[in-house]
Amino acid sequence: MEQIIEVVFAILILLGAVIAVISVFGLIRLPDVYLRSHAATKSATLGVLLILLGAFFYTWFVHDFFSIKLLLGILFVFITSPVAGHLNARAAYRSGVALWKGSVRDDFREAIKQERQQEIEEIKKQLKN
Amino acid sequence: MKFPDVILQTAAKILVFIIMIYSIYILFAGHNNPGGGFIGGLITASAIMLLYLAFDVETVGEIIPLDFKVIGAVGVMLALLTGFGAVLFGVPFLTQVYQYVNLPLLGKTGLGTAFVFDLGVYLAVVGTTVTIIRSISEDL
Repeated sequence: MEQIIEVVFAILILLGAVIAVISVFGLIRLPDVYLRSHAATKSATLGVLLILLGAFFYTWFVHDFFSIKLLLGILFVFITSPVAGHLNARAAYRSGVALWKGSVRDDFREAIKQERQQEIEEIKKQLKN
Repeated sequence: MKFPDVILQTAAKILVFIIMIYSIYILFAGHNNPGGGFIGGLITASAIMLLYLAFDVETVGEIIPLDFKVIGAVGVMLALLTGFGAVLFGVPFLTQVYQYVNLPLLGKTGLGTAFVFDLGVYLAVVGTTVTIIRSISEDL
């Protein structure tokens, strides 16, 4: 019985490692910052979560040690990694990194243009005063 | 210049609590497990750095109305006074005591004077790190 449980947790950790490798392939193969960020953020997060979950269950059931630190780590990675991906993509877009050639539509550019125009008008008003 | 990113600010509000709790845990775990005053102080300083990244310097100044130079000085003073407390009992400088006490709520707890020294290290590290990074980032 215990061996079956160990094999299940080993498969969990192996699955996490495989997903991390897939995310690295995405990082190499994809053409543009936003697509690469998409690959790096989501599948790397899932890979780390699965590895931590496997380690957590292993220490819980096999070594009989309930590790709060691993649970906290799972929660922490689950919150921080998407936020980091969002900030990367946002900083890249705001500093003018172009989209991939095959991209079809770009709604955010209009919003940024309006924002820039508003800023310019405010500066003009301040200069007049 | 304000940087109003709602996602970063909301995440920072949750994450600061987790990081602070973990740093306090690290500070208390130092006697028997990996941890102690130094990395506890560094983790607390990183939580404060996260607040500085997500909000303004003025906003964080309102949230934590402390002068971090004073905190560093208080930490060094605390560590020094722990050493002199041993001198008062007629033993060499920085001698430490560790014994188990039955506290009413916590049960059998190990209390050591080394923890007070660790608390001094913690405060000194927090004060120094935050002061360094703030004085680099500000225009004087």
